[in-house]
Amino acid sequence: MDKIETKEPMIVHGKIILPYTHSAGRVGSRFLRELRDSKRILAIRCPACNRVYVPPRSTCARCFGQLEEWVELDGRGTLITYTVVRYSLPVHPVKAPFALGIIQLDGADTGLIHMVGEADLENLSIGTRLEPVFKEVREGSILDIKYFRPLAP
Amino acid sequence: MGRRVAIVGIGQTHHRGRRPDVSVGEMINEAVRAALEDAQLTPKDIDAVLCSNMDFFEGYYLSDLVMADYTGAFLKPGFKINTGGTTGGAAAEVAWHHIASGLFDTVMTIAYQKQDEPISSQSALMTISDPIYDRMTRSGNVFAYMAEQYMHEKGATEEHAAIDRVKSDQNALRNPHAHLKLNLTVEEVMNSRMLAYPLRLLHMCPQSCGACVLIMASEERARKITNNPVWYKDQVTVFQECWHSTSEPLGPNPVESTKTVAARKLFARNGITKPRRDIQCLEMYEPASWCELVWLEDFLICDKAEAWKLLEKGVWHLEGEFPVNPSGGVVATNPIGATAMVRVAEAALQVRGDAGEHQVTRQVRRAIASSYGGFNWTILHLLCGSPDD
Repeated sequence: MDKIETKEPMIVHGKIILPYTHSAGRVGSRFLRELRDSKRILAIRCPACNRVYVPPRSTCARCFGQLEEWVELDGRGTLITYTVVRYSLPVHPVKAPFALGIIQLDGADTGLIHMVGEADLENLSIGTRLEPVFKEVREGSILDIKYFRPLAP
Repeated sequence: MGRRVAIVGIGQTHHRGRRPDVSVGEMINEAVRAALEDAQLTPKDIDAVLCSNMDFFEGYYLSDLVMADYTGAFLKPGFKINTGGTTGGAAAEVAWHHIASGLFDTVMTIAYQKQDEPISSQSALMTISDPIYDRMTRSGNVFAYMAEQYMHEKGATEEHAAIDRVKSDQNALRNPHAHLKLNLTVEEVMNSRMLAYPLRLLHMCPQSCGACVLIMASEERARKITNNPVWYKDQVTVFQECWHSTSEPLGPNPVESTKTVAARKLFARNGITKPRRDIQCLEMYEPASWCELVWLEDFLICDKAEAWKLLEKGVWHLEGEFPVNPSGGVVATNPIGATAMVRVAEAALQVRGDAGEHQVTRQVRRAIASSYGGFNWTILHLLCGSPDD
């Protein structure tokens, strides 16, 4: 027999078919329902350290308390930092180019990552004041917020 | 052997087929709070947090980080362990290493799985095997091969698998955390749907959602935390070559079972000469009822071809000479990444005398728990009521 050959490396194609149904859970379910049904953005407050979380979570990492005090936000916020995505991938929510930012909503202590739309991508700036634009057809997803756009000056 | 290590806190969820009411983190949090309550500790008392699962079931791989809000791991060290079916047992093992080594005094180790998140658990499970050969032909019937051999070589019948399944179900009915509580008859098991001859639907473990948590501590800490520590005395882990066709004890020229290798080693170094006398119960990771019978023999708990005969005499029942899976076992409850840790937790509850309705009749001084992972990766854990046992 010949020695182990290396002239044609063989490739076997594999595939894992695995769609998921992720449970939003106790507080996440209400957050997504309010987005879908009422275009409202809800946050949750920790009674011990007073931090206001959006999206909401049911345990405060710092205090380990169970959170249940809801806070309604008006949706306006400030751009903390941003990037402009110039390449497209199937996993992106929209086609490039688009702006992504960390937005601190008024009344919240946490940042929310979302898209910035109806904006001049060449002239975005940290500190821009923003407001949410909701999709017409909403299905209970963080993408029911279409994007945040700069507030009219 | 390093420092002595004890289990000082035990928590688990009420395992269910579906938990759409909670996120993964919220489900884990139920077991974390139960364990902290059991140990009368807060997250401030914990030095490191391990949080483990099998990645593909929920679809993210840095669960130790993603779940930190819900595990109390904020600003603490820790990581995840994924060793397939043995994940929960390996997660207990690594907590033991952390403490026995002297690096940490109090460690929380968490194992979980939420099997209602993947559309098909089988797709996730397929990732255990080699993608070039075994994954192409396999249909999850490894236990069918084993059952057929057991009947052919050892004289067991399909009725024995059914009697064993009913035994486990009767135990599960007494366990508040168990998932399937079916009040089965032998006839129902024997007439249940054939999956892959001779394996029937009711021989197999279910898909469960659940989490299990152990808080483990060094001897010095343990004695301050509780008057009733359960000593994580020893354990043996054994690997094997991972090919379906040569895996023990199925293929030609079979190698010795990893279970036998683990049992011989564990028993020898802990002075166990008559296992059914020196140990008082076993929580075994049995993915199918047939496994319980075959593996009792492999674990040297009885002789070859004897497990089904002792089953007929009630030896493995809750009130029997050597109760096996007093919790109802894996055929009743299978949050897969947590399943092996549930074995350790349930064995610890038996040693502590805290198993409630499913506490075995015998006084339990020592219990063993086993972890199983594809293929035939065995961890055998020994828990004792006294560190000198």
